[in-house]
Amino acid sequence: MTELQQSVVASETGEPQTQAESGPPPHERILRVIIPLVMLGGLIALWAWYVKAYNVPHYILPGPDLVAQAMVRDWGVLGPALLVTLTITFEALAIALVGGVLIAILFASSRWVEIALSPYMVILQVTPIIAIAPLILIYTSTTQQALLICAWIVAFFPVLSNTTQGLKSTDHNLLNLYELYGASRWQTLFLLKLPAALPYFLTGLRIAGGLALIAAVVAEFAAGSAGAGSGLAFRLLESQYRLNIPRLFAALILLCATGVAIFGATSLLSHLLLRRWHESAIRREN
Amino acid sequence: MPVSSAISIAPQAVPGRPIVRLEHVSKTFSNGTVALKDMSLSIGEGEFVSLLGPSGCGKSTALRIIAGLGEATTGRVDWPTMAHDAAGKVEREIGFVFQEPTLMPWATVFKNVWLPLRLAGISKQAARARVMEALDMVGLASFADAYPRELSGGMKMRVSIARALVTRPRVLLMDEPFAALDEITRQKLNDDLLRLWAQFGWTVVFVTHSVFESVYLSTRIVVMAPRPGRVIDEIAVVAPSPRDLAFRTSPEYSELTRRTSQSLHSALGANDHL
Ligand SMILES: Nc1ncnc2c1ncn2[C@@H]1O[C@H](COP(=O)(O)OP(=O)(O)OP(=O)(O)O)[C@@H](O)[C@H]1O
Ligand SMILES: [Mg+2]
Repeated sequence: MTELQQSVVASETGEPQTQAESGPPPHERILRVIIPLVMLGGLIALWAWYVKAYNVPHYILPGPDLVAQAMVRDWGVLGPALLVTLTITFEALAIALVGGVLIAILFASSRWVEIALSPYMVILQVTPIIAIAPLILIYTSTTQQALLICAWIVAFFPVLSNTTQGLKSTDHNLLNLYELYGASRWQTLFLLKLPAALPYFLTGLRIAGGLALIAAVVAEFAAGSAGAGSGLAFRLLESQYRLNIPRLFAALILLCATGVAIFGATSLLSHLLLRRWHESAIRREN
Repeated sequence: MPVSSAISIAPQAVPGRPIVRLEHVSKTFSNGTVALKDMSLSIGEGEFVSLLGPSGCGKSTALRIIAGLGEATTGRVDWPTMAHDAAGKVEREIGFVFQEPTLMPWATVFKNVWLPLRLAGISKQAARARVMEALDMVGLASFADAYPRELSGGMKMRVSIARALVTRPRVLLMDEPFAALDEITRQKLNDDLLRLWAQFGWTVVFVTHSVFESVYLSTRIVVMAPRPGRVIDEIAVVAPSPRDLAFRTSPEYSELTRRTSQSLHSALGANDHL
């Protein structure tokens, strides 16, 4: 080895810092937890103060203490309802993910299939779910099924369109490279197109997660039927009829918390899958 | 024009039997750009051919067509010595280095270099030795577990070169592989490339902007002119091997670079827009 070569090699034998944490520094991480918590505490305190200072009647706006009481007292009703809503949301989301990705693969591999089917996908997406819900309720045998279908229709489209876009945006040079080395269709799909589409898919997943919950609630409003399998939306309506406003607030808070949790979970999943390589998950260091 | 004995203009001076032949190849893109017009070129086994020309003269397009990426609009590309598969397609044993690094950002350096072998069905374990050997050649063995985004531009390019070498191809097609590198690394890789070329008997087609690089490396320089992309000159470089510092400071070398620069200037002069 010449001296020149040695110097080039020597300058690079230091192990790369691949184990370095890609997240924010520690103090920033603590602040990220503390600031939202302080903010939340402040808002609740303001709420409590407002209700007390202006003597707002509890059937208009109950204080946080009353809502907390309702949450504990009515947990026997609210808990199962939450479970029903969660089940519908996640089942719909799961079917939407599988269906969305499979159809996206179909679209990306055949332009004719896409041309034939995509108008109907758009029609499904743009028609308000509340407008089709009554029809779906007529066609299905149980309310549960109807809710599932509604949530699925809404969650399906963002997964489909994002994944299709991702599959089509594969770097042309990389496609050339695969072609050059005689890659099969499956190899190109699994080793190249799907990984390249992952960030797009995850964006679709985050949108779909929130929409599935909204659709599950909206469809239940449309259904409006009571019974053992009622979800949170029905409990909301019921509380409104009975002017049980603290319970209404408790149900509302559960819905919000579910939405936030779904968003948090999908964001975390996205971060975990992309943190090593995708620009969106990497802190800029220059 | 005084021409030294080391130089001869001999378009047909092909040493080995031809390994690839371009016959009257033209390429017109769908937007109407004529990237190549009537290009004919025969590349012999064991040759080191440089395609030299100003930006936009169709060098990358020509290289892609040689590799079988994108059909020529008219004309044909022949691989007389390579086997054909059942479907009648040529089974080219090619290594290709793109002008951009073209790495998969989600895969480590190791996995990127493993890719050509992986596509051929070779397991990670079986490929390990060859992948590490290829990485060693470009001085990046200690970066096997890094992700492409953790590398500098020149390091990414070297990974891409390692990936082209890992299959031990008979023909190496390189599109300005060293353009992003610093002078020292570039010189080292030039020397490495020449050494490997002599050792393995590769055929190399090398695209470059640099007159000096083309003279230092090649056995033949093909000068191209833009709009429409075409071959305007061929310069055979008959020079001692091994090529080293002595060659780079020799009168033959400076005469060859002068001759090549002149040719390149006429390529630019031939165009009214510049
Ligand atoms: N996909 C494309 N569609 C349309 N025109 C193209 C396309 N690719 C290249 N061209 C045109 O073809 C011509 C030759 O391009 P090419 O990339 O082969 O040039 P080059 O010689 O490699 O240039 P450089 O040295 O800058 O890389 C250019 O004028 C370019 O505008
Ligand atoms: Mg180019």
